[in-house]
Amino acid sequence: MSDPVVETQPMLGFQALGSALDDALGRDPSVFLLGEDIADPSGGVFKVSAGLSTKYGTHRVRATPISEQAIMGAAVGAAVAGMRPVAEIMLMDFLAVCLDQLSNHAAKLRYMSGGQTGVPLTVRCAAGAGMQFGAQHSEMLEAWLTHIPGLKVVVPSNPADAKGLLTACIFDPDPCVVVEQSLLYFAPPQPVPVGHHVVDLGVAATPRPGRDLTLISYGRQVHDAIAAAEALAADGIEAEVIDLRSLVPLDERTVLESVARTRHAVVVHEAVRRNGFGAELAALISEALFDELGAPVARVTGANTPIAYAKPLEDAFLPNPDRIISAVRTTLARSRSRVVR
Amino acid sequence: MRTAVDDATAPADIGPETFIDIYTLATRIKVCDEKFRSLVLAGQVSAQYYSPRGQEIVSASVASVLRRADYVVTTYRGLHDQIAKGVPLRELWAEFFGKATGVCKGKGGPMHITHPASGLMVTTGIVGSGLPIGAGLALAAQLRGTDQVTVVNFGDGASNIGAFHEACNLAGLWKLPIVFCCHNNLYAEHTSYADGTSVERIADRAASYNFPGVRVDGNDPAQMYRAAKAAVERARAGDGPTLIEAMTFRFYGHQMSDQNEYMVPGELDAARAADPVPRLRAWLLVTGIGTEAQLTGIEAEIAAEVEQAYRFASESPVADLAEAPTDVYEEALA
Repeated sequence: MSDPVVETQPMLGFQALGSALDDALGRDPSVFLLGEDIADPSGGVFKVSAGLSTKYGTHRVRATPISEQAIMGAAVGAAVAGMRPVAEIMLMDFLAVCLDQLSNHAAKLRYMSGGQTGVPLTVRCAAGAGMQFGAQHSEMLEAWLTHIPGLKVVVPSNPADAKGLLTACIFDPDPCVVVEQSLLYFAPPQPVPVGHHVVDLGVAATPRPGRDLTLISYGRQVHDAIAAAEALAADGIEAEVIDLRSLVPLDERTVLESVARTRHAVVVHEAVRRNGFGAELAALISEALFDELGAPVARVTGANTPIAYAKPLEDAFLPNPDRIISAVRTTLARSRSRVVR
Repeated sequence: MRTAVDDATAPADIGPETFIDIYTLATRIKVCDEKFRSLVLAGQVSAQYYSPRGQEIVSASVASVLRRADYVVTTYRGLHDQIAKGVPLRELWAEFFGKATGVCKGKGGPMHITHPASGLMVTTGIVGSGLPIGAGLALAAQLRGTDQVTVVNFGDGASNIGAFHEACNLAGLWKLPIVFCCHNNLYAEHTSYADGTSVERIADRAASYNFPGVRVDGNDPAQMYRAAKAAVERARAGDGPTLIEAMTFRFYGHQMSDQNEYMVPGELDAARAADPVPRLRAWLLVTGIGTEAQLTGIEAEIAAEVEQAYRFASESPVADLAEAPTDVYEEALA
C-alpha cells in the first residue's frame, strides 16, 4: 500500500515519472537507469530523466548507444544478477527491435529456471498517436506484451498514477513494462504525491461512477471515456468509467462487479481493434456474465491500419468521445434489458 | 597448427595440477555426453539434446581459471559449460530427464539450464542472445564493485547476429568485465563457417569494438588455458573485454538426427581421429604429468559419479503437475 500522502505538488506527466525515478534511485542502490540520451544535459528526449545523472552520476543513469538489443539484454542480465534496472526504450514501436530479450528472456527466465532467478526489470517506453509521428513512432502494442506470460504491463492515465505505477514496477520482483503515452507527458499539471508513492499493480480506479453502462479503458482514452460519460449524463445516461491502470495483473473483480451491476459494457482503447486488449476484456466479460448482459460488449478502438502522418488521418484512426457516445447509445438501444431513456 | 600436446615436455608456465584438473573436467563432460546420448538414441529418454562432444577442452580450460562467484552464460549446446562451471551432476541429469529433482524442477530442460549457486546464470536456446545478457551480468558486477568476471559462450554462427555486435560495442564502450568465448566449431546449424561469415577469423571482429581478439586452438589445453587466463585477468583488473575464438569441432552434427550431409567430406572423421580428450590423456602420460594409475583412478571415479547421477535422475519423480503454473511470476496472479 502507498504511504499516507501528506504533500503533493502539481506536476506534468514527464515530471511525475522523473520524480518516481528520483525516489527509486535515492531509495535503493540496486536501481539504475539505462537508455538512449537519458543522461544530462539532454535528460532524455522527453526530459523524463532530466537532472538525474547530475544528481546520481552517469554510472547509475547511463546513456547508451542506439542499441535496443544491448539495452534490453543488459537490463535482463543485470536483473538476473539482482539489480533493479529501469530500461528506457524510446518508443514502444522499437520494442520490435529487442523483443527477443523481452519475450524469450525477461519473461521466461524465472519459469525456465524453476524460480531460481527472477528478472526485476522495468521497461519504460513512450507510445501512442496524436503527435503526428507517423506509423513507426505512434503505436500502442500492449496486446503483444499482455500475450506473453511472465510480463506485467501498466498504462497510466494521469501523472499521479504514472508515478505510482512506475514506482510499483521498479520495486516489483517481475519484469514490468510501463506504457507511457507521449501526449500524457504534457497533460495538464495535476497534484502528484511528493516522495515515495506507490499505486499497487492490479488495482483499477473508478474515476466516474454510474449505473447504466460500464466504460472500461486505460491510458489516455480514460479521458475520452470520461468526456463521453459527461455528455451522456446530460441525456440521463449514467456511464461508469473504469481506469484499469494495469493490464497484467488485471483487476477482473472491479470490472466484473461493475458490469454485473450495469449489465452493459463498452471497452475503449487506442490500439488497433483486431486482437487488441479489448477482445480479451470482451471475452472475459462475456464468459463470466453472459446471462446478465443486456447487450454484447462493444469496442471503440483504433482502426486496423498503421497510423498516418496527416493530422486528419491520424485523428480518424483514434477513438474519440463521439465514437464512444455512439457506441454507448447503440449498446443501450440493443439492450434486451430495455433500458429506455 | 603446432600445439602443446605435440611436445613431449610439459610447459613451464602451467602447473601440472592444472592439466589434471582440465583432464578431469573434460572426462566428466565426455562421459556424461556419451551416456546421455546413448540413452536418447536408445529411446530411453526423450530430449532435445545438442552434444558438445569434441568441445570439452574449451570449457574445461576456461573453468580452470574461473571462481565460483564468476558468471557463465551458455547456449543450448551447453552441457560442457554447465559441467565445467560446477552445476551439480545429479540435479543436472535430473533436469535433462525433466524430473522434479532437476536444477530447474524440470521446467528448463537441456536448453535452459540455470544454477546461480554455481554461477551458471543463463542457458539460452536462441543463437547469440546470451551476449547482451552477459553484458548485463558484467555490468551488475561493475556497478557493485565486485571483481566477478562473466564468460559468455556462443558458437561461430552467433557472431553474425545483431546482438553480438551490440553487446561487443557496449562491453567495449563501458569496459565491462566480460570474456566473449566463441566456440568456433565451423558449423552454424547446417551452414558452414565460410557460407555464413564474412571474415576469416571471428577474433578479428573484436578490433571493431576496441578490445583484444585472439584465435586459439580450443582443443589444446595449454593454448586455451593461457588465453582464458589472460582474458579473465584482464577483465578482473578492470581493463575490459576480450574475445576468444576457440577453434574446435562438434562430433555429432547440429542435432541428434543429423546426417552431416552439409559437411566437408572427411572433415568429421579427421576431427574424431584427433579427439582432444584421449589426446590429452596420452600427452599427460608422455610428459609424466599423470600416471596411468592416477588417470585410471580419476576415470573410475567419474564413471561412478555419472552412474550415480543417471540413477538419481531415472529414479526421481517426474515434475509435479502442481508446479506447472508456478514461477511465472514471483507470486501467482489472481
